[in-house]
Amino acid sequence: MAQAKSKPEEYEDIPGTFVFNAERSRQGYGINMFCMSLMKDENRKSFRANEAEYLKKFNLTPQQTEAVLKRDYNRMLELGGNIYFTAKLGATDGHSFRHLAAEMTGSTQEDYAKMMLEGGRSVEGNRSRSGKYDKPAKKAPAKPKAKVAAKSAKKSKSSKKRK
Amino acid sequence: MAKIIAGLASSHVPAIGAAIDNKQTEDPYWKRVFSGFEHTKKWMAETNPDVVIAIYNDHASAFSVELIPTFAIGCAAEFPPADEGWGPRPVPVVKGHPELASHIATSAILDGFDLTIVNKMEVDHGLTVPLNLAFGSPTAWPCPVIPIAVNVVQYPPPTGKRCFDLGRAIRKAVASYPDDLRVVVFGTGGMSHQISGPRAGLINSKFDKAFLDGLTKDPKKLAAMPHLEYMREAGAEGIELVMWHVMRGALDDKVKEVYRFYTVPASNTAVGHIILENVGKPAKKAAAKKSAPKKAKGLRKAA
Repeated sequence: MAQAKSKPEEYEDIPGTFVFNAERSRQGYGINMFCMSLMKDENRKSFRANEAEYLKKFNLTPQQTEAVLKRDYNRMLELGGNIYFTAKLGATDGHSFRHLAAEMTGSTQEDYAKMMLEGGRSVEGNRSRSGKYDKPAKKAPAKPKAKVAAKSAKKSKSSKKRK
Repeated sequence: MAKIIAGLASSHVPAIGAAIDNKQTEDPYWKRVFSGFEHTKKWMAETNPDVVIAIYNDHASAFSVELIPTFAIGCAAEFPPADEGWGPRPVPVVKGHPELASHIATSAILDGFDLTIVNKMEVDHGLTVPLNLAFGSPTAWPCPVIPIAVNVVQYPPPTGKRCFDLGRAIRKAVASYPDDLRVVVFGTGGMSHQISGPRAGLINSKFDKAFLDGLTKDPKKLAAMPHLEYMREAGAEGIELVMWHVMRGALDDKVKEVYRFYTVPASNTAVGHIILENVGKPAKKAAAKKSAPKKAKGLRKAA
């Protein structure tokens, strides 16, 4: 049977995205279990008291340890962390999902919040690294973003900081 | 005989829960979101189901990477709210319906769905936020809730078709349950959003609206959509939408859309919401129904 064995998964072509598949789950087991441990207040305390020491319990690679200590959230995902787990590290630092999202996109909190209010990041131009899905297709309208933004953000000029 | 009368789907954004818990629902930003659920609360009160079956996903609260069930059904008598790192949400404990849940598990397993049975489980915002959106913030949830957790955290989640077919199996199971229960099924999660990596913040309203349309127009075709398309078009976490197919599969082929709401954003996410009623019988019942005597028990037939 002709079956391409080690063909890269098609989802690897999605830009700016680390799909949490079985391989990443296996590699990132330590990171994710470390993050799970932060659901308990006593563990949050001892992590804060000495982060590097606390991390030793979780059998992380040096790269993973560095990513955690530096709060490099993209790197954590790349090395097998999953966002629902790493968000617990964020929560330990007092940060929301949205705060972490802004960091991972490299924007300021203000710019990220503004982008969301204006209808979010457009899918146009963000479908694939190869450009395979971003050729002007019949179903792709010119600027869906502007349209959505006009409708949704109108009423909400003042958005307070939320968790 | 028990019967599924309607389905409801809604996003379950954690920030919506935080806005409720921090009493920010009147802020203009949040009012835009919550105003879309005013009608829903009225509809729920009028529909007044005896049981809700809620299809949701756990977010590293009850299940970590130690144990990742693809489909898990909560058969416990109650499910306390989980501590998601901020302390448990101040919402009522979710009361289950162990008898119906076990009946569904038995029926579905014999029907080819190898459900994981969970007798002890805490539930996170994935379940409690949709309950708030449907019921508001009562001191006790008005009816028992059977949680069915779907893995959408580690790739791959079950396919849309498998989810749809699970809905069918649930429908069959409910129809063979002897008590006269009126059941509403919730599908939760979505709509388009990505909260991880440099592409975070992705929203695709066109995709979302087509998805909402597809639920009545051609649900089987919609359920056939491959995972890649959700991730590419609706964001890495937009794949949660597969859970809506369980809800849809549990309904009749023909349904009536009775309500829809869509807004962008709530935090990182497009909020989508829809209510579908089976057309066979009106979902709304006379207020007197609950006290009406149970009938037809002896007449029931196996489905």
